[in-house]
Amino acid sequence: MHALVMIELDGDGVSASSRETLTLAHRLAGELGEAVEAVVFGDGGRAAESGGLAVSRLHQLDHPMLATYSPELWGESLHQLIARLQPSIVLGPGSDRGLEVMAQAAARADAPLVANCTTISLDRRANGDPPTWTLTRARQGGLLLEDAAVTAPTTFASTAAGAVEAASLGSLREVPVESFTPELDGVVHTQLVDETTQDSGVTLATARIVVSGGRGVGSAEGFEPLEELAKLTGGAVGCSRVATNNGWRPHSDQVGQTGTKISPDLYIACGISGATQHWVGCMNSKAILAINTDPEAPLLTRATYGVIGDVGEVVPAIVDEIHRRTLGNRQSA
Amino acid sequence: MNILVCVKRVRASGGTPQLSADGGGVDTRNLAFTVGPHEECAVEEAIRIAGDAGGRVTVLTAGPPEADEQLRYAISMGADHGVLVDTGDTELDPQATAAALADAIRTLEADGATFDLIMFGNESPDAGHYQVGIRVACALSRAMVGGVKGIDIDQADGRARFRREVPAGVEVYEAALPAAVGVKEGLNLPRYPSMRGRLRARKAEVRGIQPEVAPGTLRRIRLRHPEEAGTQTVVLGHGADAAPAVVDLLEELEVV
Repeated sequence: MHALVMIELDGDGVSASSRETLTLAHRLAGELGEAVEAVVFGDGGRAAESGGLAVSRLHQLDHPMLATYSPELWGESLHQLIARLQPSIVLGPGSDRGLEVMAQAAARADAPLVANCTTISLDRRANGDPPTWTLTRARQGGLLLEDAAVTAPTTFASTAAGAVEAASLGSLREVPVESFTPELDGVVHTQLVDETTQDSGVTLATARIVVSGGRGVGSAEGFEPLEELAKLTGGAVGCSRVATNNGWRPHSDQVGQTGTKISPDLYIACGISGATQHWVGCMNSKAILAINTDPEAPLLTRATYGVIGDVGEVVPAIVDEIHRRTLGNRQSA
Repeated sequence: MNILVCVKRVRASGGTPQLSADGGGVDTRNLAFTVGPHEECAVEEAIRIAGDAGGRVTVLTAGPPEADEQLRYAISMGADHGVLVDTGDTELDPQATAAALADAIRTLEADGATFDLIMFGNESPDAGHYQVGIRVACALSRAMVGGVKGIDIDQADGRARFRREVPAGVEVYEAALPAAVGVKEGLNLPRYPSMRGRLRARKAEVRGIQPEVAPGTLRRIRLRHPEEAGTQTVVLGHGADAAPAVVDLLEELEVV
């Protein structure tokens, strides 16, 4: 009746979304009075050292073919471990890779996967029968919530990004690491053959400030003042779907349901009316400043701060004001 | 190089969806329907690949009979065939949807069709289960990679390369054909159907398949709107005169 958590590692050890998932798992395990175990691909030692897992066992999936990522091989390995451990619930991070591996494993187990959950609780557990869980999941990028129930011997669930605040999970005690070697001969799979890392520094997904433009910007050239404002604030430039569809910006700059979902400290939305497809991409921002000629624009009515006016006038004025103040500071210094 | 593209009928995005009185679903009266942006790119890419390499594009959907409209839209863009798996008006859970799609593909292949590549949108814009394509690929023993924004086919070698953007940069995957892929918007800019395409789509024959629908394991209790903090927007000013107030805000955040 225990929970198994899939852990993803990144440059800092256990990834942020994995910590959120662990927090949810511990909350659930507390309710159930059951142990939490975790599984990691590759370096279990590094996962254990990065601390705060507070799990009773850490399983490490070991196989030469797992050294580089492959959706099918990772999914098959997870499936084989689960077949042996038979946890009643498997929780994984809501990252792209996390979802992909969970879906691969759930497909192989022919078990349900409930994606993007915000809450999970045990509904009932009759002797010998598979448990029933009630879950709330985000639909339509978080615009709607779905309350659902699922009954299965093993249920897979992924956590919605930002649904749980990652908590510190207490003592840094030694976690026993157990190695598991899956049988991977003959598994049909894709192979990661090339990886390029961008060292652009500030990315749309991680920037504290995002300066974004939409229809009101009017052209590709219209983004120049936005670029400058982003540079001056150490931020990144984003855009709406209108801007990419018009060819003003590359799709990788798009904020929205089909682009990047962001949660900066301040989102500066310039000439963006705020269709729902855009809103779900920026609604987790800590604050939103909307600049729009239309005071009734949906994004302006939902924003923390608003400026009513033309982007082509307002943004250059902000840039000038920053220059004026920095210059003033230098002269007085 | 024959390609199958799986699409889903969804409500056209716009305002906040209205729920039916019992919360059992979205009130779809007076709504327009479409396929999601990811899937529109999948159709476009399939037409381009088949155009270059030679081959046919088949569009497949599991949904209500009205999804015929989405198949015909794809045909008007340039797809060759449409197949409708009639799963009725009730939304199926992802396991049941995948089973219906996999069965239909087996039926088509048993009737002589071969699909070198099966394409999906990475996730549907409404339900967003993130798994139907992967389940279908698994059921048909095909390699499958998701989140793809670039596809290169090497027909001579019988292999495909898939490019995807990840937080750290770009990843390139390789798989032997036949394979499956989940794509994302940004892969291309989908075309608008030509008048000739629209006429062709109107006359095209769409094949219907009546599946045996499994009950599924995920049971919906209700849909609801998340609580939204009622925001009172603070207007910092009008036009260029608002600049000092904006910069005050940036200074508060210590970014300038």
